[in-house]
Amino acid sequence: MSARETRRTDVHAEMRGVTRVYGGSGGSAGVQALAETNLRLRRGEFYSVIGPSGCGKSTLLDVLAGLSRPTTGEILFEGRPLDGRVPDGVGVVFQEDASFSWLTVADNIVFGLRRTGVDAAEIARRLDHALRLMGLVDFAKAYPAQLSGGMRQRVCIARTLVMQPRMILLDEPFGALDAQTRLIMGDELLKVWRETGATVLLITHALDEAAMLSDRIGIMSARPGRIIEEIETRWPRERDSRIAANAAFGDITARLWSVLRDESLKAIRQGAGP
Amino acid sequence: MTRIGFLRLFFVAGFILAVEALCRTGAISPRVLIAPSDMAVRLAWLLASGKANADIAETLGNVAIALVLSVSGGFAIGAAIHAFPRLRRAIDPFLASYYALPFFAFYPLFIVLFGLGRGAIIAIGFLFGVVAMIIATLNGFDRIPPVLVRTAAIYHMGPAAAALRIKLPSAIPYLFTGVKLAIAYSFIGVIAAEFIMASSGLGYSISYAFNNFDNGTMYALMLFVIVLVTVVNALFYSYERRLMRRWGR
Repeated sequence: MSARETRRTDVHAEMRGVTRVYGGSGGSAGVQALAETNLRLRRGEFYSVIGPSGCGKSTLLDVLAGLSRPTTGEILFEGRPLDGRVPDGVGVVFQEDASFSWLTVADNIVFGLRRTGVDAAEIARRLDHALRLMGLVDFAKAYPAQLSGGMRQRVCIARTLVMQPRMILLDEPFGALDAQTRLIMGDELLKVWRETGATVLLITHALDEAAMLSDRIGIMSARPGRIIEEIETRWPRERDSRIAANAAFGDITARLWSVLRDESLKAIRQGAGP
Repeated sequence: MTRIGFLRLFFVAGFILAVEALCRTGAISPRVLIAPSDMAVRLAWLLASGKANADIAETLGNVAIALVLSVSGGFAIGAAIHAFPRLRRAIDPFLASYYALPFFAFYPLFIVLFGLGRGAIIAIGFLFGVVAMIIATLNGFDRIPPVLVRTAAIYHMGPAAAALRIKLPSAIPYLFTGVKLAIAYSFIGVIAAEFIMASSGLGYSISYAFNNFDNGTMYALMLFVIVLVTVVNALFYSYERRLMRRWGR
């Protein structure tokens, strides 16, 4: 096996038989958000999770990030079980605007870094790099209120990047953006992924987004969610949104939809759909 | 100045001019109320002569200490109560009915506890302001976007760090409301306490002037209190507006 193949199959994070039930105290059954879920993320891959509304996609991200404890099962990051908190080396970007309105863009970006004891010169270097990578150089002294939704999400991504995470988890980060901005942000996310070499897990409800960005796509069932099928895209590492013109792109989205359609109908019958 | 600002100024100036006219024409007896211009002249004289300086300094010192204690204490207590929902449910009715208490009826108790000095006055000012700040902190913390609390977890922030670095600035609009109330309540508490249990300070001086039929000094000091509270509130309001505009709130 070549070094490249070894790298591709090296397991970076793993969920083993993970379930998550909300509530359930005092004799009530609670709500099962995740059915028994198994997931292996390869080091350095771009993995997307797609599923119907309310299927537990965000719950999957929360337990994988260490933001929420699983009810049963085990989660490993770099071979070590999670200890009830977000492991070092894991960055999370949320769908909601998580920028700090009281800090400038630059202060937002280095917020976490300043808490780690990294020296000032290194902070300045990483800030400069993140500003350039996310196209925020001219906005370093601006406040989030002066930026568009897309720009604020870039600030949140930059804030994650300066921590140099080895795994980045994104929970529908472009969900609140318009279609064109989403495509551009997708390209920038691919650029970040290539440049950092980090493992990326993206939660999305958009078929095209998953098909365009990912090496592999996990499709979740209706609630209680679990990964019911994985699709490998076999895209080259150097890619961007123009890959949507590739004939294989249509095949991938068609395969995704053929699995997802039944699950979406189930979700609608459950009352979780549109 | 905005049109609303002009209108506001017009009403205030009109009211003062009307009172001035009523006093000057004798419609209002000088035993009841002296003309605003006389109040201003008397106040200028009091300030220039330095006769009221010690009382002003004492009252401002008492208010400042009571305010700092009620704002910092109220925030700390509010943040702690917010972290324990069951405790909050137990305490909520007391917080809601706190200001219904006839506070000054308990002044002998404060004298017993703190003695006949600044301690009892500052304690009343603090107890008057602190609950407004606790309630404002709880309201503010209730409205912090959950995503910011989750962000604190990503950075492994403990409860104190999260409260100071994320929750406090995020809840600032509500905390400002608490601070404004705490300013008002601290002034009310301190000056009212000085009326009944002090031998110096602005409250005592106003009361002393009243008891000695010295309307000039009494109204001059009352004018000073009104102007002082208005200026403090206006400065704070202006700072709040600038900050909120910058933060897009």
